[in-house]
Amino acid sequence: MMRAVLVATLLALTGCAATAERDRRDPFEPFNRGVYRFNEAVDDVVARPVATAYRDLVPEPVRDRVRNFFSNIGDVFIGVNNILQGKFYDGFEDWMRVVFNTTFGVFGLHDVASDMGIEKRNEDFGQTFGWWGFGPGPYLVLPLLGSSTVRDGIGTGFDLYFDPVAEVRPTRARNALVALRVTGTRADLLDASRLLEQAALDKYVFQRDAYLQRRRSLVYDGRPPRERYEDFEDNPRK
Amino acid sequence: MTNPMNIGFGRAWLAAALLAVAATGAVADEPRREAPDALVRSVTDELVALISKDKEIRGGNRARLLEVIEAKVLPHFNFAAMTALAMGQSWRQASPEQRKHLVAEFSTLLVRTYASALAAYSDQRFEYRPLRARPTDTDVTVSVRVLQSGAQPLAIDYSMEKTGSGWKVYDVMVGGVSLVANYRTEFNNTVRASGIDGLLKDLQAKNRAGEPPPAPGRQ
Repeated sequence: MMRAVLVATLLALTGCAATAERDRRDPFEPFNRGVYRFNEAVDDVVARPVATAYRDLVPEPVRDRVRNFFSNIGDVFIGVNNILQGKFYDGFEDWMRVVFNTTFGVFGLHDVASDMGIEKRNEDFGQTFGWWGFGPGPYLVLPLLGSSTVRDGIGTGFDLYFDPVAEVRPTRARNALVALRVTGTRADLLDASRLLEQAALDKYVFQRDAYLQRRRSLVYDGRPPRERYEDFEDNPRK
Repeated sequence: MTNPMNIGFGRAWLAAALLAVAATGAVADEPRREAPDALVRSVTDELVALISKDKEIRGGNRARLLEVIEAKVLPHFNFAAMTALAMGQSWRQASPEQRKHLVAEFSTLLVRTYASALAAYSDQRFEYRPLRARPTDTDVTVSVRVLQSGAQPLAIDYSMEKTGSGWKVYDVMVGGVSLVANYRTEFNNTVRASGIDGLLKDLQAKNRAGEPPPAPGRQ
């Protein structure tokens, strides 16, 4: 249902323009590019300057603890998603991480679980849907949230709905936490976005393809079935 | 609020570029005969030590950094293979002359990208995974992981092939993202729209625009 509404909205927005040579994975490219430009503008004016100031002004050990703190909260639903994917042992380990990091790690400020050899995992609802067999669907660029797909966008909806930070009251405390988390995340990406500028001929395409590759890898927990490169008779490697 | 994938990708880039640079030999004119995993490891350690110590590089001297990369990285990458793989079907349309230029431009682009990543190195720790390959294999994947506080360890996989002059990297996968495959759509789009020469022109323009300005506001 949600998917149908989303798709219908998108179709309306893009006017269903049928353009030749469009990437099959990205049927809404003109719309997506519009949102991408909007996101870039917001990033230029707000997110990147704030994140840069955060990185320059806040010492690294403090930023590490901020990251650990939110990472620890995130582990609760990483565990839930592992359970939903039938990976009970992994889910159990994720929750053990929460137990150790919340207690010995002082409310998650220290990632003692990693030091003990219980590694952090990367899961979310989008990956769970993928694990269940849902394909990614068309690529989407979401306002402010960035790269996504229909499946992952719905997943993000669930992620946000169950986000423990959203339950924090009073609202002002919640907003401060959300702002801190976003700032820290963007700060961690400063080097990456500089690299994207350097690497890409067309940033939009480069980021999209990287996102789709990355998500595919994550759904398969880093072991996706291998896609062979086509071999050419005159491939210099041969 | 923010997509967790983004963190992975961002740091991935950094570490990847780092390791890509690191997966290189110290002695350019004398190819190493080490096993591929030993090669990646010894050179990573060597390079990390080098860039952590070099004051000019730490101080943001891009020319010096590029110099180091060109001396140490280039010999261990098969840029011709990387270009062919990134071009996919379009490689067939290119004349030998065009191929030569494409390889030159693409390697310049990749080296500059590595330089950007390397400049951002800050004490990440590496974990080397045991190589799962038979001694007779000539095409292997060397896996390294970058450990990071509060995030999933990041996997860097080097696709390496044995050649007459030692093991050569022909692709780098960072957190599941193949660098070579990631250029394929861009390259094919450009070739379809404006031909091989159009792609060459784009690459040249990109390279001539040179290094991104190191202005502090523009990160």
